[in-house]
Amino acid sequence: MGGLTSLLIPLEGGAEATGWADCGGEHHWPPGQLSFCSRPLFPGLGEQFFWLNNILAQAVIAAILVITFWVLVSRNMKMVPGKLQSFGEMAYDMVRNGVARDILGHDFRPFVPYLLTVFSFILVNNFFGQFFLFMMPTFSKIGYVYALALLSWLLYNAVGIKKYGFGGYMKKMCLPPGVPPALWIIIIPLEFLSNIIVRPVTLALRLFANLFAGHLVVLVFVAGGSMLLLANETYGGFPIPLLKTAGVVSILFSFAVFALELLIAFIQAYVFTVLTAQYVSSALAEDH
Amino acid sequence: MRPLLDFGPLLPQDPSEIIVGLVLFFIILYAMSKVVVPMFEKTYAERSSLIQGGIERAEAAQREAQAALSDYKAQLAGAREEAGRLREEAKAQGAAIVAEMRQQAQEESARLLTNAKSQIEAERASAVTQLRTEVGGLATSLAGRIVGESLSDDERAKRTVDRFLAELESQAPAGRA
Repeated sequence: MGGLTSLLIPLEGGAEATGWADCGGEHHWPPGQLSFCSRPLFPGLGEQFFWLNNILAQAVIAAILVITFWVLVSRNMKMVPGKLQSFGEMAYDMVRNGVARDILGHDFRPFVPYLLTVFSFILVNNFFGQFFLFMMPTFSKIGYVYALALLSWLLYNAVGIKKYGFGGYMKKMCLPPGVPPALWIIIIPLEFLSNIIVRPVTLALRLFANLFAGHLVVLVFVAGGSMLLLANETYGGFPIPLLKTAGVVSILFSFAVFALELLIAFIQAYVFTVLTAQYVSSALAEDH
Repeated sequence: MRPLLDFGPLLPQDPSEIIVGLVLFFIILYAMSKVVVPMFEKTYAERSSLIQGGIERAEAAQREAQAALSDYKAQLAGAREEAGRLREEAKAQGAAIVAEMRQQAQEESARLLTNAKSQIEAERASAVTQLRTEVGGLATSLAGRIVGESLSDDERAKRTVDRFLAELESQAPAGRA
């Protein structure tokens, strides 16, 4: 009975096991948090080597790919670019001119390495959600997202404090000019919350949730579709009609979702980069 | 059993995720800021200076060409002027030469004429002298033959000859004049 029953009442089967603590058991259906469990590369080594897992491996591979690509492109650069260099320059210009220079103005130069790192690292890891071998976006593991959001938070606050001093920066971030003193008691906590507390959280959650949900949708369509195709349940002795048709449609639709995910992988990498630059720019801006 | 506030997937499965993320990020950031971005910026700077230099060189070449053109035009005008001047000069010179030649020719012809005249004069004079000597004898002998013995009378003959000579002499200056 398993397959169809859990299809009809999806939450019932998985309701018991939804936390990270439940990783390691059988949890094929429904797709949920447990579909994102990391698997240790060497289970024989025991719990203390859990950090050596498949997500770490693909993150390291992504880092190697990013560094290799950029070093290959930037090594031996010509005045008249070849194909590889043209592509590299296009990507570089997108971050350098399209993001850093447009948002940060004339002092954009020191932030280019940071923004370039953010963009390419996120992009490659997002594409891993669609690539065979991995089929898992690294940034659907929220620890990695927290790391990047934390760095961006530190960066924009640090450059702001460095420029205006701690008091000056806090005043600038929490009190927009022209607010009547009567409203300070409302505005200051609100601005503090929005500019200091909420920014890194939204930055992290936006990236994480897009990839987590996108991957989950793909899983639902692929796994559900294949279950429908393989189902041979009967109801009162008769085969249930259109089960296989629904399965085919579901699998076909998963391709469309897949293409959408490729687009989202790029958009989220770009958005994270743009917002980081935006926050830095607002921390440095002369007047609010 | 479960905590009151369940963060679900918003809680990292393992804290190592954050550390790995940070470490990898810094490794990439290091490569970016030490190698990639400096190389790109260097190439861009070189390229823009190359383009800038190219434009400047082209402008310099154009200025040079413009200068050469005006120089050439000036030279051409000078050459035209020079040619006109030379033509005028040659014309004047030719006229002078012609005039000189004409004068020389006139002088020469005058000289030749004078020479010829004096030569003719001299020849005539010598002819007259010669004739005078011969004509006397011839006439005498002729007259003697015609007149014969009638002229044996010396006195008469002498007078006749004298008269004849006088006639000749009075004729001669008139003939010469």
